[in-house]
Amino acid sequence: MSNWKSICALTDIPALGSRVVASVQHGDIAIFRNSNDEVFALHDKCPHKGGPLSQGIVHGRQVTCPLHSWKIGLDSGEAAAPDVGCTKPFQVKVEDGTVFLSLP
Amino acid sequence: MRKMKLVVVGNGMAGVRTLEELLKIAPDMYDVTVFGAEPHPNYNRILLSPVLAGEMTIQDIILNDLDWYKDNGINLLTGKKIVALDRRQRKVIADDGTEAEYDRLLLATGSNPFILPIPGKDLPGVISYRDIADTDAMIATAATHKHAVVIGAGLLGLEAANGLALRGMDVTVVHLGEWIMERQLDKTSGRMLQQALEAKGMKFLLPKQTAELVQGESGRVAAVRFKDGDIIPADLVVMAAGIRPNTELAEKAGIHCNRGISVNDTLQTYDPRIYAVGECVNHRGTAYGLVAPLFEQAKVCANHLAMFGIGRYQGSVTSTKLKVTGIDVFSAGDFSVSDDTEDILLHDPGIGVYKRVVIKDDKVVGAVLYGDTVDGSWYFQLLKDQQNIREIRDHLLFGKSHLGDAGHKGQNSAVAMADTAEVCGCNGVCKGTIVKAIQEQGLFTLDDVRKHTKASSSCGSCTGLVEQILASTIGGAYSPADTQSKAVCGCTDLSHGEVRKGIRENKILTIPELMHFLEWKTPNGCATCRPALNYYLISTWPHEAQDDPQSRFINERAHANIQKDGTYSVVPRMWGGLTTPNELRAIADAAEKYKVPTVKVTGGQRIDLLGVKKDDLPKIWEDLAKAGMVSGHAYGKSLRTVKTCVGMEHCRFGTQLAMDMGVKLEKMLFGMWSPHKVKLAVSGCPRNCAESGIKDVGVIGVDSGYEIYVAGNGGIKTEVAEFLCKVGSDEEVMEYAGAFIQLYREEAYYLDRTVHYVARVGLDYVKSKIVEDAAGRKALYERLLYALQGYKDPWLERSASTSATELKRPFETLTV
Repeated sequence: MSNWKSICALTDIPALGSRVVASVQHGDIAIFRNSNDEVFALHDKCPHKGGPLSQGIVHGRQVTCPLHSWKIGLDSGEAAAPDVGCTKPFQVKVEDGTVFLSLP
Repeated sequence: MRKMKLVVVGNGMAGVRTLEELLKIAPDMYDVTVFGAEPHPNYNRILLSPVLAGEMTIQDIILNDLDWYKDNGINLLTGKKIVALDRRQRKVIADDGTEAEYDRLLLATGSNPFILPIPGKDLPGVISYRDIADTDAMIATAATHKHAVVIGAGLLGLEAANGLALRGMDVTVVHLGEWIMERQLDKTSGRMLQQALEAKGMKFLLPKQTAELVQGESGRVAAVRFKDGDIIPADLVVMAAGIRPNTELAEKAGIHCNRGISVNDTLQTYDPRIYAVGECVNHRGTAYGLVAPLFEQAKVCANHLAMFGIGRYQGSVTSTKLKVTGIDVFSAGDFSVSDDTEDILLHDPGIGVYKRVVIKDDKVVGAVLYGDTVDGSWYFQLLKDQQNIREIRDHLLFGKSHLGDAGHKGQNSAVAMADTAEVCGCNGVCKGTIVKAIQEQGLFTLDDVRKHTKASSSCGSCTGLVEQILASTIGGAYSPADTQSKAVCGCTDLSHGEVRKGIRENKILTIPELMHFLEWKTPNGCATCRPALNYYLISTWPHEAQDDPQSRFINERAHANIQKDGTYSVVPRMWGGLTTPNELRAIADAAEKYKVPTVKVTGGQRIDLLGVKKDDLPKIWEDLAKAGMVSGHAYGKSLRTVKTCVGMEHCRFGTQLAMDMGVKLEKMLFGMWSPHKVKLAVSGCPRNCAESGIKDVGVIGVDSGYEIYVAGNGGIKTEVAEFLCKVGSDEEVMEYAGAFIQLYREEAYYLDRTVHYVARVGLDYVKSKIVEDAAGRKALYERLLYALQGYKDPWLERSASTSATELKRPFETLTV
C-alpha cells in the first residue's frame, strides 16, 4: 500500500541536484531532480562502498557517486556496466510543485 | 517509415567494430545483415597466436557471441561467402545463392595471405596463417608430425613459428631478407631477436629463397627445396610471406581498386553507397595490416553511415609489438637512416638491451626497442604528437619514468612481473586479472581496461604499466591515446584545447549555451566534462560567466573534503603556515564542540579537523570565523597552501623574509580556482626547508633576491621543479609567480597539474611568455588580479547565522 508523504517543494531541490531525507526506518534517502524536472529517490548508499549518492553529480538519468565514480541509474538504482550492483529505489512523485515520497 | 538496409560483407573485426560504433550513435537507423565466410561469430584475430601457443582457447577470443547479434537485431549469415555484387540492383549474392538488397553496403573483406607462386603450393600440408581453420590445422598437424617450415619471418611468421615450437615441432623459419622482421626492426635488433628465438629452439635460414615444395609418398608435402639447391624436410609448410587486400568482389563490380579498395577520408568507395573499412582498403596510398588503424576507420565510417557527416580519417601511425612470451620487441615509425636524421643509441649486449630512437628536426620519427620496451608507448606518443624533444634529449633514452612512480615498489617492467603481482596499488588489481580481462572481454584501449578492471583509474600512477600489459597482450592492435586531440569524454568528440578555444572565441558564458553551441551528445554532460567546462567558463570569462555549483565536484560545492564515510574534513586557512594562540584556541574549542574524532597536522602546514557531519559544517565555520579564520580551500582545484620556512625572521641562515613573502603570495592568490590544485612554498635560503623544489611554484631566497622554480610535484610522480628565473624584489616574485600561474590557468587542460602543463608546452615556451616578454607578463598578472578581485570567503557566506537560505539549503536534511 502506498503511503505518500509530502517532503518539500520541487524548487527546494536544485536542478541537477539533490536533497537528503532522513528516515529512521529506512536510513538516508536521496531525492534527485534532473534537468527535465523529473524527480527520483534512492537509498543514499552506493552499492560499491556505501558512498552518499546524494552528493554526486547528476546528469541525464544518472548520478555519479562522489567516492569512486560509479554511475547509478536514478530510476532503477542499478549501476551502469561494467560495474554490477543495485541500490534501493523509492517511489516519488511531484504534484502541484510539491514532492511526495512513498515509504513502504 | 521503412528502415534503410545496411549489408556488411565480412564478419571480422573491422566490419563488426563499425557496427558497434554505429549502434552507439544511431541504433535504429538500419536493418543490418552481416555475411561471414567463416562459420564463427566475430573473434579477435590477433589472439590466434596465443591460441596456437596453447595459452588460450578459441572460446576465449570470441568478441561478439551469437547473442550479441540477436540482441541488436542483426541478421548474421555465417558460412556464406559473397561472390557477386550487383550495383545496379543494389544487391549482393552469396555462393549458395542467398541474396540481400542494400541501401548502404559496407565492405570489410579483409585480406588474403600471399601465396608464393611456386610448384607444390597447393599440396596438402601447405597452409597460410589467417583464421581459426588454419590455426586448427596447425594444432592438429603438430600432434602427428615433426618438421615444420615457416616461410616469412615477419610478425605473423614468427608468432606461428613460436606456437608450433611450443607444440613440440621442429621449426625452421625461412626468410628472403637479410634479417628477420626487416620492415619493423633494424639489423642489430633483428639479430638480437633471432638469437633469442634460436635459444627457444627455432632454426633460421636466411637470406634464403624457396624454389619448390616437394611432394612425399603419402601425397602431402615432404620437403622444401631452395634456389641454392639445399633441401630440408617439411611435414607442414606455413606461408607467412605477407598479406594482400582482398579486393576481388569490389574489382569484379567495377569499384576502383589500387592495392586495396580505394577510399576517401570518409571511408567511401567510388560508389557513394558503398563504404569499406579494414585491411581490404587503400587510404591515401596505404593499406594497413594492423588492428589499431582499423578501429579509427570504423569510428569515422560509422559516423558517416549514421549521416552525422563529421569526422575524417586522416591515416594512422602504427607501432609493432611481437607477441612471443618472454621476448620484448617494440618498433614504431621510420628508422631508415638519411642525411637529416639523427640516431640516439643505447646497446648493451651483456644484458640484451638495445634502444634506438631516430630524431628529425627535434622530433621523434622512429623507435626500435629490444629487451626493454617499457617506454615504447611513450616514444610512440612523442612520435604521434610530434612533440619537440630538444629539452629532454639528454635523457630521452632513459625513458619517461626514470625517477619512478609511487605505488608499485618502483616496478617498471610489466613483462617481468608475475601474474600475481599487484599493478594498481589503489584498487588492488593484479597483472593476471588485467591480462584475463583484456583477453576475455576483448579490450583494446586504456579506457576499456580502466572501466573493466579499475586498474589505473584512480591516481593513474600505474598507467605506464597497464599500457605495457595491454601492448604485450594484444600486440600491434594497441595504440596509445592521442593526448593532443583526445576527446574530453564520451559526451563530445572535441578535445580540451578545442573546447577552450570555442569558449574564448565565441564568448560562451553558460554550460547549457556551451553544450548547445558545441553540439554535446548528452543532455547535460557527465561527471567528467561538467567540472571541466565550469572551470573553463569561469577562468576564461571571470565575473561574467556563471559559476554552476551543480557542475562542481561535491568538495567544491560543500567547501569541505568528503571522506570515505560521507563525513567531511575542515581545514582553516593559516596564511603562510602561521597561526596564533587565539586561532588555536578556537580550533580546539570547535573540535570539542562538534566532537571531531581526528585532528591532524597536514603536509601543507595546516590543521585538519576530520569527521565533521555535513549539517555541522555551517556551524563550525561560524565558530572559526569568529576567530578570524577563513576557508583553507583544502578541498578544491584551487590555491591550496603556501608553505614557508621561518626565514630571516628567525633563522640564523635565512637570507630573505620567507614567512612574510609566503603570506603575501597566499593573500594574493586566495580564492583562486585552477585546472588542478596549486601549491607554493617559500624558503629563506638554499637549504630549502619549505621544500620549494617539489611545488607548482617554489621560491628560494638568496642573498641577492629570489630564485623562482616552477612545475614541481611531490605526488604520484615526484618531479623536481625547474628553474624559471631569478628576481630581486618581493613585488617581482608576486608578478612572475602570478603571471606563471595565470598562464597555467588560461592554457592548461582541466586536471593537469603545472608539471603536466609545462611538459606539454615546454619550459622554453613558458620562459618566452614570463621571462622574455615583460608586457605579456604584466598583462597576465593583471588578468590574474582582475579574476581574483572581490572574492568572498565561501565559509563566511555559508555560516550558520549570516547566510542566505539559498546557500544554506544544501547543508540541511529533510525529514519525513
